[in-house]
Amino acid sequence: MGIPTGFDPGKAHIAAQWNVGTSMVCCRVEPKGQFVYCGVQGPTIHRLAIADGKNVPLTGGHDSWVFALATTPNGGTLYSGGGDGRIVAWEIGLETPHLLRKTEAHQGWVRALATSTDGRLLASGGNDHAVRIWETATGRRLHDLGGHQGDVYSLAFEPSGQTLLSGDLLGSIRRWDLATGREIGTFDASALHHHDGSQFVEFGGVRGLATSTDGSLIAAGGLHKASNPLGAVSEPLVLVFDSRTRKIVRTLTADGITSGVVWNLSFLADGSIVAASSGTSGGFLLFWKPGTDRSHHRLALPNPVRDMNLHPDGLRVATAHHDGYLRLTRLASGHH
Amino acid sequence: MECHYACRSSDHAIARRKFLAGMVAAGAGTMASGLEVFTRPAAAGLLAKDQKRVVVFYMHGGLSQLESWDPKPGTDTGGPFRSIETSVPGIRISELLPEVARQMHHLCLMRGVNTSEDDHGKGQYLMQTGRRQSPAADYPALGAVCARTMAPEGSAIPGHIVLLPWGGGGRGSDAAYLGPRYSSVHLAEGKPPQYTDRPGQVSEAMDAARQDFRRQVNERFLQRRRTAVTEAYTYSYEQALGLMRRKDVFDVSKEPPRDFDRYGKTAFGRHCLMTRRLLEQGATFVQVWHANYDTHNENFNFHLEQLGEFDRAFAAFVADLHDRGMLDSTLIVVNSEFGRTPGINHLYGRDHWSHAWSVVLAGGKIQRGAAYGKTNARGTEVVDGQVSSAALFHTYLQAVGVDSTDSFDIEGREMPIADPAAKAIQAVLA
Repeated sequence: MGIPTGFDPGKAHIAAQWNVGTSMVCCRVEPKGQFVYCGVQGPTIHRLAIADGKNVPLTGGHDSWVFALATTPNGGTLYSGGGDGRIVAWEIGLETPHLLRKTEAHQGWVRALATSTDGRLLASGGNDHAVRIWETATGRRLHDLGGHQGDVYSLAFEPSGQTLLSGDLLGSIRRWDLATGREIGTFDASALHHHDGSQFVEFGGVRGLATSTDGSLIAAGGLHKASNPLGAVSEPLVLVFDSRTRKIVRTLTADGITSGVVWNLSFLADGSIVAASSGTSGGFLLFWKPGTDRSHHRLALPNPVRDMNLHPDGLRVATAHHDGYLRLTRLASGHH
Repeated sequence: MECHYACRSSDHAIARRKFLAGMVAAGAGTMASGLEVFTRPAAAGLLAKDQKRVVVFYMHGGLSQLESWDPKPGTDTGGPFRSIETSVPGIRISELLPEVARQMHHLCLMRGVNTSEDDHGKGQYLMQTGRRQSPAADYPALGAVCARTMAPEGSAIPGHIVLLPWGGGGRGSDAAYLGPRYSSVHLAEGKPPQYTDRPGQVSEAMDAARQDFRRQVNERFLQRRRTAVTEAYTYSYEQALGLMRRKDVFDVSKEPPRDFDRYGKTAFGRHCLMTRRLLEQGATFVQVWHANYDTHNENFNFHLEQLGEFDRAFAAFVADLHDRGMLDSTLIVVNSEFGRTPGINHLYGRDHWSHAWSVVLAGGKIQRGAAYGKTNARGTEVVDGQVSSAALFHTYLQAVGVDSTDSFDIEGREMPIADPAAKAIQAVLA
């Protein structure tokens, strides 16, 4: 994808916002770019129309919060993962979405979902430390990928379509061969994990994973400098890995944010990285240009943010907020 | 109600006078021989038949009642965890406690606790003493009260043990007017009390000689000056000697390997196993800390971690006490300084909340398989069976046969054992 006309993160501003009445947890823009699906602190998923904010609730799928969402590349199916350990498939290509299938997928929460670039596979990760690969056409489980020692927080299919990345609480990123289901490499993101011996907690983890368009770089977001995990004292951090060598090539920080964690991140069309960070310092969209390790720009959001997702046009970022708002930030001047 | 200590009947008044007189008149040599009695297993076993015990699991930082004993799934305050069935039909608890759920028929949930104290230090004091902290007075912690009222006289094992997850050791200053003799002995990280090894360069004979000399000098001194402080000083030495002889009591490695698996291979699992061992060896009061529940940030992630440890170890502990016939004589309490807010903050955290939370009781005279008290649908207030920390304090003691309405005689001054303005919760006492 080329750089969109008018693209300028320095002019980022909130172009639209809609409230669903419940604190949000996650959001995904479907591939056609017409709707945003939002998981909230409750079992309902909200479909918001980007044109006018019309809200259509999707109910009956879950018995707990919805933590993860993913769509097939053709925009035909939405997958939701919940605190009930369930993955629910929703047909969303129609005027009114409807429930297709429920799968009891994990013991404990489903934390992360991702679909392959060809739409054939769905990956899920959860509190049972497991990564599972599912066939989207049938819902059949193809692989159980064991090896993580902590809760699985994030997933990303690599652009080649041959491999999957999974990140966990302990800062381990594993690369899986999708044909065989075997682990074929690990990335050391332990800088994103903190064991606190005085508070007796494990904290941090790979909260977000993203790959560059050409697949040469992998970005992992989370936190570091966690001097008080229970009090949310930590700073946002992004590690950028060389995909081939699996070595860290950049360490991205954000000066002045003393309480924050990167909840999700994405590569932008110009190779820069955007991340959604939140904490008692506030909610931010943070931007890093290629080749720089300190954020060159940040947009202060009006409320703490829990997730973000890049719109297919590459020019807008959807963010899910604690105050129940879905906000759409435009990375350019003007509204259109 | 069975009364084991310090009620105002003439029998017990005499017993108390005898105890005090013994303390004053007997001297250090007598005390030493008294301790010797309890280093002999047969004698200790005879006394253990009637001994009552108390174990407090202190969920440091403030356990969330919504993620444990009083879940509200499906509400805006309920969080992401679901509730599960327990071994008692109709009583549901958080899905984070599946093993505890199987032991529910031994437990009594107190779901209507309102302590109105949201400060850590003050909340801890309130829950440990049953009184509000005040500059005007200091009150003994439950462990000190139990040590004073329930511990076998002359036992080598401290009557008031606190098992901490962090280092440090030493003793607490939590006995107030009962004196340092009843202050807690800390087992830091579950290790034996500090300084219980005789220095290598001191032989057994040398040690015995110096202890004899110390007793002689002490006795001479005490003939002229005897105070509570000198008594505590003398007692501490004798207790330390007794502890050194019975150091194996604190050696949890002597427990069967399979039990380490059952309790979970965590520090808390080992501490629970240590607690079982201490009780079986004659300990009267053990407080086990589990940390940390002060989850202003990411409450759900951290409760997932902490309660996973707690669930396995606590459930095994309750089951073992029952299987070994100790539950009738042992009160188990699970408490915190307060609960956590029904409202979920922007950090996925819950803050301090003392107005509607839960405490768990088991054993002794406590009713089994019960839930007392009720909060409203969102867990924001108590709607039935509201109880205070003072009422709980009375209840703890009465559950193990101590008349909590009695008073201590402190140098001629009557000090009520528990807050006289409150009463035990009779509804949960069988």
